[in-house]
Amino acid sequence: MSSTDANQLQQLVSELLDEAKRQGASSAEAGVHAQQGLDVTVRLGETETIEHTNDHGLGVTVYFGQRKGSANTTDLSPQAVKETVAAACRIAKYTSEDPAAGLADPELMAKNIPDLDLNHPWDIDALQAADIARECEDAARAHDPRINNSEGASLHTQNTLFVYGNSHGFVGGYPTTRHNLSCAVLAGEGDQMQRDYWYTSSRLPERLESAQQVGIKAAERTVARLGSRKIKTTECPVLFNADLAPGLLRSMIGAIRGQALYRKASFLLDQLGESIFPDWVQIDEDPHKLQGIASAPFDNEGVATTPRKLIDAGVLQGYVLDSYSARKLGMQTTGNAGGVRNARISSTGESFEDLLKRLDTGLLVTEMMGHGSNQVTGDYSRGAAGFWVENGEIVHPVEEITVAGNLKEMYQGLLAVGSDNQIPGSIDTGSWLIERMTVAGD
Amino acid sequence: MSEALDLARQALLDAPGLSENALSQVMDKLLSRRVDAADIYFQYSRLESWVLDDGIIKEGNHSIEQGAGLRAISGDKTGFAYTDDLILPQLLNAADAARAIAHAGKNDRHGIAPRSDLPQLYAPINPLDTLSENDKLDLMRKLDTEARAQDPRVQQVTVSLVAAHDTVLVINDEGKMSGDVRPLVRMNVSVIVEQNGRREQGSSGGGARRALDFFLEQDRALGYAREAVRQALVNLEAIAAPAGMLPVVLGPGWPGVLLHEAVGHGLEGDFNRKGTSAFSGRMGELVASPLCTVVDDGTLPDRRGSLSIDDEGTQTQHTVLIENGILKGYMQDKMNARLMGMPETGNGRRESYAHLPMPRMTNTYMLPGESDPQEIISSVDKGLYAVNFGGGQVDITSGKFVFSANEAYLIENGRITAPVKGATLIGNGPEAMTKISMVGNDLELDSGVGTCGKEGQSVPVGVGQPTLKIDEMTIGGTAT
Repeated sequence: MSSTDANQLQQLVSELLDEAKRQGASSAEAGVHAQQGLDVTVRLGETETIEHTNDHGLGVTVYFGQRKGSANTTDLSPQAVKETVAAACRIAKYTSEDPAAGLADPELMAKNIPDLDLNHPWDIDALQAADIARECEDAARAHDPRINNSEGASLHTQNTLFVYGNSHGFVGGYPTTRHNLSCAVLAGEGDQMQRDYWYTSSRLPERLESAQQVGIKAAERTVARLGSRKIKTTECPVLFNADLAPGLLRSMIGAIRGQALYRKASFLLDQLGESIFPDWVQIDEDPHKLQGIASAPFDNEGVATTPRKLIDAGVLQGYVLDSYSARKLGMQTTGNAGGVRNARISSTGESFEDLLKRLDTGLLVTEMMGHGSNQVTGDYSRGAAGFWVENGEIVHPVEEITVAGNLKEMYQGLLAVGSDNQIPGSIDTGSWLIERMTVAGD
Repeated sequence: MSEALDLARQALLDAPGLSENALSQVMDKLLSRRVDAADIYFQYSRLESWVLDDGIIKEGNHSIEQGAGLRAISGDKTGFAYTDDLILPQLLNAADAARAIAHAGKNDRHGIAPRSDLPQLYAPINPLDTLSENDKLDLMRKLDTEARAQDPRVQQVTVSLVAAHDTVLVINDEGKMSGDVRPLVRMNVSVIVEQNGRREQGSSGGGARRALDFFLEQDRALGYAREAVRQALVNLEAIAAPAGMLPVVLGPGWPGVLLHEAVGHGLEGDFNRKGTSAFSGRMGELVASPLCTVVDDGTLPDRRGSLSIDDEGTQTQHTVLIENGILKGYMQDKMNARLMGMPETGNGRRESYAHLPMPRMTNTYMLPGESDPQEIISSVDKGLYAVNFGGGQVDITSGKFVFSANEAYLIENGRITAPVKGATLIGNGPEAMTKISMVGNDLELDSGVGTCGKEGQSVPVGVGQPTLKIDEMTIGGTAT
């Protein structure tokens, strides 16, 4: 962060808020960010791209009573501050009076901002980054003679600094870092060609999986797909591999977001206090998890975040609300402007191998394709690839199939969540075993 | 004389006070090592968006992005850096970072030569100013009223309007300077309907590289409101979709997302140079039924996917990808064309100055055939007729692709019968294309709604096709 530091960004936020006041706004909120990063890709042993990223942005939302307008720009100059506020004020002349519009209530603003240990910059140059990526790709290519091509391995590191403030007098900001290493390789056998990948991601460079491990995992996943074929259309139990299970939980979170609920665009309407999952399921949100990928001490409106239960004994405990959707629903914000931060679902304790045994005969899904999930109805139909399992043993890889059902029924039919969590992400879960779905193939 | 180039120079060089001399210094720095190609991409974008929801104008946003991306290429290696500060020291810093990819050496220098000989496919206007704010909002309110007037079961209506004004200037290592001013407008209506506790959604929209009066012509935008409600009401009656292999008839226009996924991505130059596409090394081979001729055409006037020049300053063109089933061409940017020894096709695109260009589609569509659409439907004993789709995705290596129908019907004994719930269709690109057994005479392009994602970058695209029949595809319903 050579050209911009925290003080400069704080200064910009207060200038934006002052300027909004000068231009007549009754209240305002502003955010500023600066991000620097390095992205290096190595392919077939050679450095392919070196990208230096360097982004800035400022955004402001102004309120004139119950009318609102917003504007943003990549330009942080003093001139841009004036013009951006003016653009937001102009917009607010035309928007409608909206009783639900406005900042979050002042008493909800975060009062102390805990240090969540999110900032661990990686002092690394392009050559060092390329060496790590090369080690990763080399490990993948050397792992099996059937690995015959590569999309490369990439190392990405970024430092972000952001500051948010509003006219309640709240101002807060903090630096964060994020580092990723990924690898994608191809394998061939006969006339079949397959590709797969693996990755690791962390706030701390030393918490990444090793380059070797990532490469080997990418290779293993790719080679395992060779010989894939379709299966006959059937109904069977389905095991969603741990790296895909977060998507199923995200669909639930999407459906209990305030924006979906007040628009009645949700398959989980009026489910507060109702049983959505079997009674052994607990889902917690922990926005204060130290070093967490999605951790934040306050939300996008300055509201203090708090750890809480989303699901207890299978029953929905609360919605995911920001102040706007909360007012629309006659409720209180849950500090979720910007989303759910670090959700974790309870495990039934089985290892992956135990889950395969419990699946017995059915489908293990390791890849999903497309976006066929309907938030209004819960209808779910997506492309998939994976493995056919009989008597708890993997029999052969499967591709060009779909898995379909309805999310509400899939949640009720959740038989087990494994203890095989693989990638520490914003959603922490093991593999999901679902009682029954329709698998379409031949 | 190109008006777009002049406007681009004013906005991106004159306004920040960058002289031709300053530009030469930056290019000299970029070329001070042994590079095969280099370019500087300047961009200034304004975007305005409005949202009507719950019957009120709920949100409006104004956004400005500006910056310059600098790229140096040596062989197949690329160095890239960008700055959002258009001042000489920052541009020199970025040039220094980008050129580090290349070894010591030197290059020929060229003076800067503006290219004003390129045709313009759209007027270089700022669409944000083409309707007054009151007129924009009135139009949105009209769509809300129109949608609600269609049927008492309409519960929610959301209308959005977006206008973008994108000005770009590209200077390459040969000193060639090209500019473009790209208007883009888009409207969308989505509705939720409810009947006996069952809720369904529908949505419709369109757009073009035009002024906002595009939406007023022939009551175009009112049509989006009616269409969104019609779709949602159809879905209220939908029964479970079939699961398994059946013949599929795709309607004309937007279902062309099939081509985008099944063949489009697989024919982008980068994947084929690297040998990672299911179409790699298959030039001249039969990869589709002989009824199929598929093109990518960036030159269609005013279309959402069209560009006068791509993001490397190359003039766009009509590129034949598949002719009568035979693979004829790839879509290329400069780097991949050079490395493969193939012609450039004007498909080098990027999301913004902060992203690297790569081969991308423009408007991808299939030419019409001979069959009457009704005759195509009549030819199917039991199958699926799908007319509206959400997104799609492809694994270019295995060739597997999906696309999700959100309006579809059963065909029984040659007749369209019950509507079915949304379902994902999955197939293998080259295989599905060879199973196309009938192609209609009713080519349509989509209404201007497509956005394509690749390696995290989004660009506007178009698709199109006539009605066509695929003898069998896997349909991901739940009815077995």
